Amino acid sequence: MASPALLAAVGQVGEGFFHERNAGNRPCQAKPSHLFCWDWARENIDRYGTPALQQLELVLISVVLGFAVAFALALLAHRRKLLRPPLLAGTGILYAIPSIAFFLLLLPITGRGRTTAIIALSAYTLQIIYRNVTVGLDNVPESAKDSARGMGMTNRQILWRVELPLATPEIIGGLRIATVSTIAIATLAVFAGAGGLGTQILAEGNLHFPTTIVIAGGIVIAMAFFFDAILLTIQYFATPWRRARAS
Amino acid sequence: MSAAPLLASFGGAFEFIFTPQASNVTGGKGVGGIDQVIELTLTQLEVTVLALALALVLALPAGLYFGHRGAGELVALGVGNAGRAVPELALIALMAAAIGVGLLNLTVALAILGIPPILTNTFVGIRQVDPASVEAARGIGMTEFEIVRKVEAPMAIPSIFTGIRTATINIVATATIAPLAGVATLGEFILGENVYGPDGVLAGAILVALLALALEFSLAGLQRLLTSKGLRLRPA
Repeated sequence: MASPALLAAVGQVGEGFFHERNAGNRPCQAKPSHLFCWDWARENIDRYGTPALQQLELVLISVVLGFAVAFALALLAHRRKLLRPPLLAGTGILYAIPSIAFFLLLLPITGRGRTTAIIALSAYTLQIIYRNVTVGLDNVPESAKDSARGMGMTNRQILWRVELPLATPEIIGGLRIATVSTIAIATLAVFAGAGGLGTQILAEGNLHFPTTIVIAGGIVIAMAFFFDAILLTIQYFATPWRRARAS
Repeated sequence: MSAAPLLASFGGAFEFIFTPQASNVTGGKGVGGIDQVIELTLTQLEVTVLALALALVLALPAGLYFGHRGAGELVALGVGNAGRAVPELALIALMAAAIGVGLLNLTVALAILGIPPILTNTFVGIRQVDPASVEAARGIGMTEFEIVRKVEAPMAIPSIFTGIRTATINIVATATIAPLAGVATLGEFILGENVYGPDGVLAGAILVALLALALEFSLAGLQRLLTSKGLRLRPA
C-alpha cells in the first residue's frame, strides 16, 4: 500500500470487525476478494440495521432543518431582491465546502456526534432548496398574480394561495435533489463520529472485503431511490392541475 | 465550550500547515509543514483535473449530441438522478477493494462522479435554447455542427458551467478520501490521524475546504468570462 494513511485509517474507525469476520468457519474465507459473497451477506445482514437507521435519522433531520431555513431565506429574497446575490453566494460557499472538511472543522466547536453531522449536512442542502424555491417563485406567470390581485387578494394571500402552489414542482424538485444527495453524503457522517453506513465501509479490514462495501452502498442507493419515489408521488398528488393538463 | 481550547486547536492546525511537527509514529521525523502541504495539494489538484477532464471528454459531447437531437431525455436525466445517489465513500472503497488501488483507478472512479451533472446540465441547457434561434441558424445555412458550436453551446454556457462546477465540487471533495485508493492527497492528513495527530486532521480539513472554495471561485470567474455579453445583459 502506497499510503501510510491507509494503514492508519484502518483501525481508527472500527474494531474487531476483520477478526470477527474471519473467526471460526467463515464462508468465502478462501476468496475474501470475491466481489460479493452471498453466504456472508445472509449471515451478517443484521449488522447493517442500526447504521442504516442512524443514517436515515441524520438525513431526515438535516433535510427538514435545511428546508425550513432555505424556505425562509427564499421567501425573504422573494420580497427583498437586494438580498439575492449575498444569499446565493453564501449558500453557494456552504455547498462547495466538502462535507468531510465541514465535519472536521466543526468537531472542535460542536464535538463528535450527530449535532456536527446535522449542521454540515443541512448547510449542504441550503443552496439546492433555496435556488429551487426562488426559481419556482420566479416562474409563476404574471397573469396569475394579476388575476389574484384583481380578485382582491393581499400580497400574503397571493404568496400562499397562488405563488407557492404554482411553484410546488420546483420546490419538490429541490427537495428531491437535496434528499437524494444527502442520503449519499451522509455515508461520510462516520467522520463526524455520527455513525451511519459509512462505519461498515471504513471498519477494519474492509478495504479488502468488497461484500460489505457493496451491501452498505447498496442500502444507501436503495434508500435514495425509495425517498425519491416518495417525493415524486407527493408532487403528483400536490399538483392536480398538472395531471388535468396532461390528460 | 470556551474560546481558548478552540483557538488552540485551530492554532495547532495552522502551525502544522507551515512547520513540520514531531509525530509519535515516525519516531522523530517531522510530519506536515508547508512542503508536504504543497505536495499533497498538488496531488489532489492533479487527480481532480484528470478526473474532471475524463468526465468532460465523455459527458460533454454526449450531452451536446443528445441535446441537439432532442433524444435520449430519459437517459440523460436518469443518469443525473442516479448519479446523485452514489455514495462516494462506497464507490472509492469498492474500486480499491475490487479492482485495485492507484492513480488510474482513482481517476476513473472520480470521473464517474463528475459525469452525471455535466451530462444532465449540458442536455438541459441545449434543450432550453429557443428553437427559433436554431431555426434562424439553419435558415442562414449553418450546418448542424455549426449550430451546436455557434448557437446552442454558447447559449447553454450558464447551464453547462453549473454542471461543471457541481462535478468539480463532487470530485475535489471525494479526492479527499483518495488515500483509501492509495493516492496521497490532502486526505492523507485526515485519514492518518495516528501519524499526523489531531492538528493534522484539522489542518487537512482547512486545506481541503480552501482548495474546494478556490476551485469554485475560479470556475465562477471563468464562467463569467465565457458567457457571451448578450446573455449577461439578460436579467438572471
